[in-house]
Amino acid sequence: MDVLGRYRNLIVLVGVLFVQILGLAVQVRRTTDNEPTRLIRIWAVGATTPLEKALVWVKTSTGNVWHNYFYLRGVRAENRALKEQIERMRLEQVRMSQDADQARRLQSLLAFKEQFISQTTAAQVIGGSGSEQSRLIYIDKGYNDGIRPDMAVITADGVVGKVLHADPANRHVAQVLLIDDQSSGVGAILDKARLQGILRGTPSGEVMLEKVMSDESVPAGEQVLTSGGDGIFPKGLLVGRVTRVTPGGDLFLNIRVRPAADLSRLEEVLVVTKIDERQAEAEQAGAARAVDILAERLPGVPSKSEEAGKNAEGAAAGPGTAETASSETKAAGTKSVGTRPAGLQTNAPSTVVPANAGSNAGSDAKKSTSLPPQASTSGIAPPARPSSVSSTPPVGSPRSPAISSAPKSGILMGTSSASQATATPGDAVKISPKPVKAAVQPKPQPAVEDGPH
Amino acid sequence: MARTKVAITYTSGEQVEVYRFGWPATLAIPLAAVVLQAFVPIWLPFVRIFDLPLLVVIGFATARRSPLAGLITGGCIGILQDALTHQPIGLYGISKTVVGFGASSLGIKLDVENAGARFLLTIFFYVMHEVVYFMIARGMVGLHMAWSWPQELLSGVANASLGVFIFMLLDRVKQRT
Repeated sequence: MDVLGRYRNLIVLVGVLFVQILGLAVQVRRTTDNEPTRLIRIWAVGATTPLEKALVWVKTSTGNVWHNYFYLRGVRAENRALKEQIERMRLEQVRMSQDADQARRLQSLLAFKEQFISQTTAAQVIGGSGSEQSRLIYIDKGYNDGIRPDMAVITADGVVGKVLHADPANRHVAQVLLIDDQSSGVGAILDKARLQGILRGTPSGEVMLEKVMSDESVPAGEQVLTSGGDGIFPKGLLVGRVTRVTPGGDLFLNIRVRPAADLSRLEEVLVVTKIDERQAEAEQAGAARAVDILAERLPGVPSKSEEAGKNAEGAAAGPGTAETASSETKAAGTKSVGTRPAGLQTNAPSTVVPANAGSNAGSDAKKSTSLPPQASTSGIAPPARPSSVSSTPPVGSPRSPAISSAPKSGILMGTSSASQATATPGDAVKISPKPVKAAVQPKPQPAVEDGPH
Repeated sequence: MARTKVAITYTSGEQVEVYRFGWPATLAIPLAAVVLQAFVPIWLPFVRIFDLPLLVVIGFATARRSPLAGLITGGCIGILQDALTHQPIGLYGISKTVVGFGASSLGIKLDVENAGARFLLTIFFYVMHEVVYFMIARGMVGLHMAWSWPQELLSGVANASLGVFIFMLLDRVKQRT
């Protein structure tokens, strides 16, 4: 009895440690993906998040007062620069919408299914785990806001992570696992090499692309996109860029990736709450008449709108004909943008990301498809556009005939099924559909590109 | 009670002060430490190097000089910290239980009232905490972790530097028994 009293503290310590180790062992053994959240976690989150929300409110309010009323240095110059950037991006967006339209038509031919981010919820980051071994964040939107586990979380810069927990008990809080956590995994694909792999975090917080064979060539700086293979992230979202490639111990390369989103300084994120999956459709495909198609394939008197477009483009465009153009081969994405009318309006939602989700989608984008000649890809300046153009219209939405008629008819010439979508070698136009990303970076290239003349 | 006082006097050679904390401070300070640990690194990433809950555990344990109180405080704060992660609960709990017990036991033997002793004590217990955490995380949970002595020692020094200030703040709220 005296011994028990003498070593009481030590006995209690051993007892407490034993209980905790036992509990840990049970958790490790039972850990599954569908495990319900433990009560203690709910209590802990419930106790800490109100304080974190209050701190966020104080910080945001203070920041707003400072930035909106006091620190206004350089605002005018920034405003001017942003306006110029908007103008550049509008032109870029129009070009991208043409690419997207064309990709959609090709997908239609190949019976692809597309995934569209149709609904997102903006959320504020209110806290983290406070541990290096657990790279996650808490956001101020939860179960009651429609957030559910395994929803993708993104920013305008790129992919952030996925929702890990969103419990009814903590109605306005959700836990987001970042892509640099060692337990996360994202299906990824290299933009140009079209090699697929798995993106994983490391204990030190780096992000590595795994499962890429060591005999492949991967240049540094290449973009890494989501492949859609994980069933969480839609295909085509920007994840980051390759920073270093070294040979790995096994048959695979060690590819280090720098995330596009700054994961250490997240303030606001978007949770993808709804993804629509639907068959790509070529708009108004059935409305094309044979005479229209023939009229576009043969040289003839241009319509008024075409005439206007050509005049605006000036001598650079030249009087190219469909016949001369048809013998040209031009990659998609280098189409002539032409001169756009002023006041071009864009009605696109901020985060519309069309993406392929077919089982073979990763390799499909690599394929080139032969198509009949199209006015928009032949180097001829496109016709003048109406003053209002939806830059990334949803599938099935009505579009300006001036935009959709030429390409549409070109495809219809080929046929009604993918297997028949071929033309004579001379007419072939190689298309490499590019995924459209959430964040479109303006390119320094001029707005007007001269096609072959 | 008298026996305890005699024992303390015998081991330290002088009367050792034993302090306690009021309930508001006992609840609010650990909670604030955990919240700040989770909140501040979002805007100041370099703050991740600090372990505020650990500093509070050491501060409470050395002031109270009761191994039982120290291990319970350490266990509770550690479990609260675990609950905010997605790792199994107990990783921080076990580590901080050991640290709480050790710090309070050492607090009985040593004079931990001056800044130099606190600084060295914090480095020692920081490294001990990391060693225990590393062993459990790798051995039981199977986490992939790398151990780097320079990094751990550097973090220990950083935490000890901050710890000296935090202990001074804790001195203001502790009450003599």
